[in-house]
Amino acid sequence: MEIKSLVSISDYSKEKILQILDKAAEFEKNPNQKILDGKVVATLFFEPSTRTRLSFETAVNRLGGRVIGFADKSTTSGTKGETLKDTIKMVSNYADLIVMRNPIEGAARYASEVASVPVVNAGDGANQHPTQTMLDLYSIKKTQGRLENINICMVGDLKYGRTVHSLLMAMSHFSPTFTFIAPDELKMPEEYKMFCKEHNIPFKEYSELNEANIADADILYMTRVQKERFTDLFEYEKVKNIYILKNSLLENTKPNLRILHPLPRVNEIEQEVDENEKAYYFEQARNGVFARQAVICDLLGL
Amino acid sequence: MEKDNKKELKVAALKNGTVIDHIPSDKLFNVITILKLDQCNCQMTFGINLDSHRLNKKAIIKVADKFLEQDEVNKVALLAPNAKINIIKDYEVVEKKTLELPTEIKGAIKCINPKCITNNEPMFSKFITIDKMKGLFRCYYCERVIKSEDLIIE
Ligand SMILES: [Zn+2]
Repeated sequence: MEIKSLVSISDYSKEKILQILDKAAEFEKNPNQKILDGKVVATLFFEPSTRTRLSFETAVNRLGGRVIGFADKSTTSGTKGETLKDTIKMVSNYADLIVMRNPIEGAARYASEVASVPVVNAGDGANQHPTQTMLDLYSIKKTQGRLENINICMVGDLKYGRTVHSLLMAMSHFSPTFTFIAPDELKMPEEYKMFCKEHNIPFKEYSELNEANIADADILYMTRVQKERFTDLFEYEKVKNIYILKNSLLENTKPNLRILHPLPRVNEIEQEVDENEKAYYFEQARNGVFARQAVICDLLGL
Repeated sequence: MEKDNKKELKVAALKNGTVIDHIPSDKLFNVITILKLDQCNCQMTFGINLDSHRLNKKAIIKVADKFLEQDEVNKVALLAPNAKINIIKDYEVVEKKTLELPTEIKGAIKCINPKCITNNEPMFSKFITIDKMKGLFRCYYCERVIKSEDLIIE
């Protein structure tokens, strides 16, 4: 029998996505349960990501499960020089489910092949981070009351930002409209625009974050514009202050607009926006716990 | 007809075996590698930089007493989609193989992404053919999409 794992958001059908989101809503109503009583979940972080690890570990702890693992590969001599296969084979003997973060792309798919227990990908380099997408979808559904026909405006680094790519793919099930706002160097890659065209998903593309370009948005999905992504630092200096969200930009946006951000933010959202009722990024992070509880329980058949 | 035969004979006649013709010259060594002919004990004849109507310079491989299977033929399609593969028995062509891109390719190709697990762990690569016409392949592990001209043969 093939063991179920969650490696890529495309592993989930539309029906599965909806089913997991319903499950997450149940956990939000009642996050402290004993469903995972007696279960052991391993969190293997081959690179540190405190935010993601704490979210997964909270999800497990609140359901009564126990957590083993490591937070950073460099602190665990046991994994040095060992192949990923051997580490996964060993941990499979101890845990009922493995959550893995690994900077090597495709590591989670490979781990899911060699593991005898389900694997949840908590990020494999620039490739996939499906539970982030699930919490994004949950946040959209919760704030808008639906997933169908949402106008999503993505801002910032749309070239390397894996969260926006996965969100785009996942939303394609729900007739969205997209607006892409990015500097020329960090534009949405051609393959994703082709994907939109093939699926009859309308999109607009701008290089400026201004009132007019976000006027129709239901969701404003902000991402970090990182200096190291630019080959031309002059170009970075030119754009770094253009993609900063301020309260003044939000005055004429739709009342139902909500601002999402995968966090951590640096300076792309002004502190003053935190108090704006349209800011939703901290609640979004909280939703991550429920989404992860739903994913874990589903994989364990609970 | 006679003229054609003469041309063929430039690279020696084959009694039994496989002829792979119309290989672009610069792909000859890749075809040899992908079919592991360099590890084969069969008698072989290679011709390279031969004149061709369809290609600028073509290469040809004749392998004695070895009959390529369909999955091997499909590997050739990755490198030389217009190659012609004939099975020879008693100096006669008994079968013309049709080249078709495999839907899944295990081993044989190296992922171009240095951060890919297949380049960091002792394991086989695996590619899924996503567009046969355009020649696009996706790494099963890191999900990077690679064009046929960028394929690296292991
Ligand atoms: Zn790869």
